[in-house]
Amino acid sequence: MNWDFLYKFPESLQIGSGEAIDIAVKAFSRNHRETLRMIKSVILSSINSVYYLLEVIPWALLILIVAYLGWKASKKKYVGLLFAGMLFFIGMAGLWSSMLETVSMVIVAVFISILLGFPIGILVAMSKRASAIIRPVLDLMQTMPAFVYLVPAVILFSPGKTPALIATTIYAIVPMIRMTNLGITHVDGEMVEAGSAFGSTKLQLLSKIQVPQAMPSIMAGINQTIMMAMSMVVTCALIGANGLGMEILLATNRVEMGKALMPGIAIVILAIILDRLTQGLIEKGVPAE
Amino acid sequence: MNENYIAEARNVVKIFGKNKSEAEKMMKKGLGKDEVYKKTGATVALWDINMKIKKKEIFVIIGLSGSGKSTMIRMFNQILKPTSGEIIVEGQNVEKLKGKELRNLRRKKISMVFQNFGLLTHRNVIDNVAYGLEVRGVPKKERLKEAEKFITMVGLEGLGDQQISSLSGGMKQRVGIARALLNSPDVLLMDEPFSALDPLVRKEMQFELLSIQRKLEKTIIFITHDINEAFKLGDRVAIMHDGVVVQSGTPEEMSTNPVNDYVREFIEGADMSMVLKVKNVMFTPLCMVRENVSAANAVREMRENQVSSAYAIAEDMTFLGIITLDNAIKARQEKLPLFSLLTKGIPVTGEEILLKDVMSKAVEAKFPIAVVGDRGKLKGIVSRASVLSSLS
Repeated sequence: MNWDFLYKFPESLQIGSGEAIDIAVKAFSRNHRETLRMIKSVILSSINSVYYLLEVIPWALLILIVAYLGWKASKKKYVGLLFAGMLFFIGMAGLWSSMLETVSMVIVAVFISILLGFPIGILVAMSKRASAIIRPVLDLMQTMPAFVYLVPAVILFSPGKTPALIATTIYAIVPMIRMTNLGITHVDGEMVEAGSAFGSTKLQLLSKIQVPQAMPSIMAGINQTIMMAMSMVVTCALIGANGLGMEILLATNRVEMGKALMPGIAIVILAIILDRLTQGLIEKGVPAE
Repeated sequence: MNENYIAEARNVVKIFGKNKSEAEKMMKKGLGKDEVYKKTGATVALWDINMKIKKKEIFVIIGLSGSGKSTMIRMFNQILKPTSGEIIVEGQNVEKLKGKELRNLRRKKISMVFQNFGLLTHRNVIDNVAYGLEVRGVPKKERLKEAEKFITMVGLEGLGDQQISSLSGGMKQRVGIARALLNSPDVLLMDEPFSALDPLVRKEMQFELLSIQRKLEKTIIFITHDINEAFKLGDRVAIMHDGVVVQSGTPEEMSTNPVNDYVREFIEGADMSMVLKVKNVMFTPLCMVRENVSAANAVREMRENQVSSAYAIAEDMTFLGIITLDNAIKARQEKLPLFSLLTKGIPVTGEEILLKDVMSKAVEAKFPIAVVGDRGKLKGIVSRASVLSSLS
């Protein structure tokens, strides 16, 4: 007797490995070529304008600005000096313009994440139905390996910064939505009740009580979004996004350890600086208890 | 609707959870709340509540936690909607109001003070107080000027730009009261406003609330679990238990005539001297002598009643003083007019005076205090023993 059928999943029940999805995505890209091209040009031009804006600033001035912000955010002078030194090191490593490219992508991705994530977070907090739909989607976005949505992004927009930015935004928007939602739902119930008792409209409740009270949580969300965007932008070198990630990718392919390490350190430096600057903002946003 | 009543609850029912209508039907059949909860999963928070609140009175709702008092007070400004029944404020069925009309009720007619203050911690004092005018769209300059007035009224002058976190509990609640008064509402809802404060501050706040109420003549619906607070502040009090009103009336009615053991037990905790009046404990003197009575008769009467003094009154019952037995005997022996030996300067009090105000007099006085009514007419007497025994 052959017992093989017990150990092999019957082929007749297999649905193929997602070819139908491939075909659908390709067809979508063919049918909406014009729309996709427009989206691409909007994204590209916004990344480029941020990049040019950063490039216009003389490097020494940029270092000074970051040093000043670091000092103000931490209220410690040596932190400013440290930031200046670290940025100076990136310049010395010959990675200044790669860094600007990475930063400009992070800025645009974070901007879009806030722009979309903030209202979505509020919606999730306000409506049970929206919450029931959006929460599982958020779980999916966070657990699905990021490479999986790199591919359709590439099919739709062809390799480059545009699919990279979209993948980054999908990845980085989640903490923004979650932390906004958390902040709003955790506002003291009596405060909200007081707001209604004095005849606030829903919009007034939101703008005068709930959002200001949720500010620390929202700021923490922005901080997390920046960190996640940083890590994803680097991964996106795989689909042709220039910047520090690309430097690492090229060096790794050529097995040049030193050349890979330098941009790696630069990424760590960038992450530290962005984190500390936004942390400083969080502390300023905390309403005194 | 009666002109005297500013707010009314008629057959108000509030049920939380699912199967509300089924739960309501079961309750009407006379099932208990626990049974209804087991069968439907619905919690009956309020059942068939009727209340009438008079203009300019302080109406206190008292009950333990879970009695439904906080749910009840939220019916008046529709923070919670009744499952059935009517809530009427100034002749208007407010449970039917929606959107803008409801907001206008909350902005202009009714405002609220919260147990844990409900202040906006991201704003300073004056912006908290001005909140009610802000949501109405009053320009900044105007609303801050108005807010300043009420900050001064509650005794926080000059603290307008302080952060909420820097204030003590008592000060925070003053901010809460100022915010609630700013809208110049007709009705003030106060949900255990002083429960979170320490006892000394609470007393001070109670006193100030009374003086503010006297000045502004607001109608106040006040919630507390402290029977002393209820009796001190309340013109009328309603005791709630398990979602129903057990008894309502003036503190005096309630303490002299509790409807059941629950109320009696509740009231036992109260300091009766704050509630009971002289008329509740006074009694008729055993022995009274009129002006034209002879000394011999007075002596006989006192001996018969086994007392050593008699209250002397004029023909029209006006209180004159006390004749002691010794003086009466003296008058008989020396053939003096009886009333020439009258002991005068006996302390007197009125029927409507609270016991706490006569306590020290009653304890110190040699003779029972005379209670006099209109034009000095003797109504009865209050002895040290009667005052003290009524308080225990």
